[in-house]
Amino acid sequence: MGSHQPSSPLAALFRREIRIARSIGGGGGMGVVFFLILVSLTPFAIGPDMNLLARIGPAILWIAALLATLLGLDRLFQGDADDGSLDLFTMSATPLELVVLVKCAAHWGLTALPLIVAAPVLGLTLGLEPSALAGVAASLLAGTPALTLLGAIGAALTAGLRRGGLLMAVLILPLTVPVLIFGVAAAAAASGGTVPFHTPFLILCALSLISIAGAPFAAAAALRAREA
Amino acid sequence: MLKYANPTNFLALAARVIPWLAWATALALAAGLYLTFFVAPDDYQQGSSVKIMYIHVPAAWLSMMCYMVMASAALGTLVWRHPLADAAQKAAAPLGAAFTLLCLVTGSLWGKPMWGTWWVWDARLTSVLVLFLIYLGLIGLWRTIEEPAQAARAAAILTLVGVVNIPIIKFSVDWWNTLHQPSSVFKLGGPAISGSMLWPLLVMAVAFTLLFFCLHLMAVRNEILRRRLRRLSILAASAEDAESDPELEPAQ
Repeated sequence: MGSHQPSSPLAALFRREIRIARSIGGGGGMGVVFFLILVSLTPFAIGPDMNLLARIGPAILWIAALLATLLGLDRLFQGDADDGSLDLFTMSATPLELVVLVKCAAHWGLTALPLIVAAPVLGLTLGLEPSALAGVAASLLAGTPALTLLGAIGAALTAGLRRGGLLMAVLILPLTVPVLIFGVAAAAAASGGTVPFHTPFLILCALSLISIAGAPFAAAAALRAREA
Repeated sequence: MLKYANPTNFLALAARVIPWLAWATALALAAGLYLTFFVAPDDYQQGSSVKIMYIHVPAAWLSMMCYMVMASAALGTLVWRHPLADAAQKAAAPLGAAFTLLCLVTGSLWGKPMWGTWWVWDARLTSVLVLFLIYLGLIGLWRTIEEPAQAARAAAILTLVGVVNIPIIKFSVDWWNTLHQPSSVFKLGGPAISGSMLWPLLVMAVAFTLLFFCLHLMAVRNEILRRRLRRLSILAASAEDAESDPELEPAQ
């Protein structure tokens, strides 16, 4: 048997996340179904006026994507907190910040990416133009990393608490407001209007990059703060 | 600061300082309200409803100052592990929420006659609403985590993450087109409002600041007492266990 190079701990962590999510189920699939239900609720509430739905379509898709992402993030650290893996991560030589980043990357790939694929399809039910569909998909692609990482801060703060999910949403939703504002602005700008697409889109990319740079530190600090 | 890391020293200081602060607050508030109602002139356009400003603006200033006090206490918790910083953080959150709510409500009451609307989603109002939500989230976090030291660390992290909102509030009227008027007092080139309105405003601001510090000191004192009570209850409960458990009897 040839010698087998052990893979880096982060790569192993990434594969572990994917395996766990696949075996548990309810990862990407459930998120997309929830997304579909949220998007469907709006026409039930507002009425089938397609002009109105097309105008607020990007906003509906963004709010639904935000909620679907946030509610899935509740479980980001919960399983590890329960079975003690979180303590192992905290004590290991691998920086906890990188562990957070890898877990968020896995979560984004499993939960947000299906949403980004589903969004243009659901946009058709809201009567969006092809350019608006592309704009929504692009803005979600640029903005969901920020949502995932900000949500990770909330998940780290509330890991192991009762009613953690509701509290996490209360803590993080105010911070995701800028992402939402620029995301919808980019999605709406894609279908024409006075604002060029790249202005809010580049700001959205900047928000995601800032989150990637800063959120792992806040989330890791929150995880370390959990030890009494 | 190090001397007051000992809660007993702090309690002694608080007992001495709070009465003076309370009297100073009462006098300043009396002076400020007198100036507001009897000295300050009516606005040529808004009439006497401009006097809501003398509560609305100091409340807004205090809501941001309270957050900065809380953020400094958060640094004290995370960086210096100062024991009073925990209590200072926890005490500031409801006070800040109250000042922010006062600012939003008085602003709404002022906006209806002046702008014709109770609310508008412009940058200033939205960012102050976000500040209010952050305060509420912090209060929720304090209540949910039972162990005080752990709660303090978690709240400190959230406070420092949310501090980015404060410059956004301050500069929102400069960076965006807002219905809310631009900066009139704290701007380059000096205040843009006349002295007859500026002085009552500053007196009210001083009164609100004294009110905040007085209430904050009282709240920190109460938090220390609350923690002592909790500690005593835990000790009493484990002492009861010890009485009935022969293995925990002290050696004779």
